[in-house]
Amino acid sequence: MSDLNTASNLEKVLKAGHIGVTSECGPPRGSDAEEVKKKGMLIKDHVDAINVTDNQTAMTRMSSLAACVHLKLMGIEPVLQMVTRDRNRVALQSDILGAASFDIPNMLCLSGDHQSFGDCAQGQNVHDLDSMQLIQTVRHMRDEGKFLGGDDIKSPPKIFVGAAANPFADPFEIRVPRLAKKIACGAEFIQTQCIYNIDKFKEWIRRAADRGLTEKTFIMAGMTPMKSVGMAKYMKNRVPGMDVPDEIIARLAGAGKGKQAQEGIDICVEHIQELKEIKGVSGFHIMAIEWEEKVPEIVERAGLYPRPEV
Amino acid sequence: MIIAEKKPIEEIIDEVKDFSRILILGCNECVTVCEAGGKKEVEILASALRMYFINKGNEKKVDERTLERQCDHEYLEELRSNIDDYDAIVSLACGVGVQFAAEKYLTTPLIPGVNTVCLGANEDRGLWTERCQACGSCVLARTGGICPVSRCAKRVLNGPCGGSTNGKCEISKDVDCAWQLILDRLKALDKMDDYEKIAPIKDWSTDRAGGPRTVTREDVKI
Repeated sequence: MSDLNTASNLEKVLKAGHIGVTSECGPPRGSDAEEVKKKGMLIKDHVDAINVTDNQTAMTRMSSLAACVHLKLMGIEPVLQMVTRDRNRVALQSDILGAASFDIPNMLCLSGDHQSFGDCAQGQNVHDLDSMQLIQTVRHMRDEGKFLGGDDIKSPPKIFVGAAANPFADPFEIRVPRLAKKIACGAEFIQTQCIYNIDKFKEWIRRAADRGLTEKTFIMAGMTPMKSVGMAKYMKNRVPGMDVPDEIIARLAGAGKGKQAQEGIDICVEHIQELKEIKGVSGFHIMAIEWEEKVPEIVERAGLYPRPEV
Repeated sequence: MIIAEKKPIEEIIDEVKDFSRILILGCNECVTVCEAGGKKEVEILASALRMYFINKGNEKKVDERTLERQCDHEYLEELRSNIDDYDAIVSLACGVGVQFAAEKYLTTPLIPGVNTVCLGANEDRGLWTERCQACGSCVLARTGGICPVSRCAKRVLNGPCGGSTNGKCEISKDVDCAWQLILDRLKALDKMDDYEKIAPIKDWSTDRAGGPRTVTREDVKI
């Protein structure tokens, strides 16, 4: 995993053997870019790259690509998230080229939440490709220098390709085979679903390591600090594929009013410190949802600051 | 078979209110089996319309007829001698039957009396569920005989997505995760190794993406 395929800082950090750190920004529900720029400024010095979500939970927002461009123009490295829900293969390939034209060097390939969760429940979904096939598409464009249709690409896109993995979704037994499939499709880094069930995550990554998968991709553990016990209960009961153990809820509840947010940060920091020591964990993806200002504190307290210069 | 469900009577009333002589036309095939547009449903709808318009002081001629099939020239021809007796036909056939009748009787308004829902099966009494989207290029040999195109809300060919919980789909606890079903089948068939085979990017040109589809068979042409 040592040769560099792109100009991505994230790729350099990970391949140099450092623990990588990424975070994310959700684009605004409007056309004012200040919001995304502000979020970017809050976290840029504490991460190697910033993911920009693509109409997450199927709520219509400023396009991920446009928000990435705003960050890039500020000197911040984006990870372009792209879902297969809203674009066919023409649009996906076209946006990949558009991203590369702005030197956006990272992409995360996703299927996306079903549109029924969002504000366009009556809309069509596309799913011309699935997330694995999107990974293959980017790799094909980059490595073969060809479009899916077979024509040569003038200046192929140099993009470091990532995928998501959910160690907690059902059925558990295919979680590692599914990771293997994404790696076989060409995923060079993995950002996981938010981890709260540490034991289950350790079991997942142990099985992945047993198959040699942690040598073939960089696994970045997903971390989302809980703001309150209400948020923890919502995540447990309402968010598909999320595993929040009862002891996390009990610990937040036990912290008492006014102190739950700090307890949530403490839990997050402790989890990072614990997982840093686990074989196969190459980095952390800290998703502080509408709480970006807490990312620097988490990164610093977890011993991941300053970020390496590579 | 083709699954359909009855349109709300208000919608049908609104469509026929300006006609005086109406034929309610059933079909003896799929819509009879799924209890949306057979002889029984024709009787019920015709009675309801008659009563409604009598109550409004606007009595109409509402006749009933059910053909063996509405997607077949031969049976649709049976209407020819009576077609001028009607100002409009409410067809309780699927969308195929309605259109075939409309193409045959150019000057007679054709009104659909059902919504055509899907290609499915009668899973339980009063429950019909989708099984096929006629994508034109069947993948069932590779997916344990369970269709990810019609039964996965994201038609993920390399599933399941991250939203699968307790065997159910992220869109509803009442919807099975197609990929859970596929995995259960692969396990039962002792073919779990097949799971790691990557499904290639699908050619959707045989699906609706390629435009209206036709099957031409020279060997059966006259």
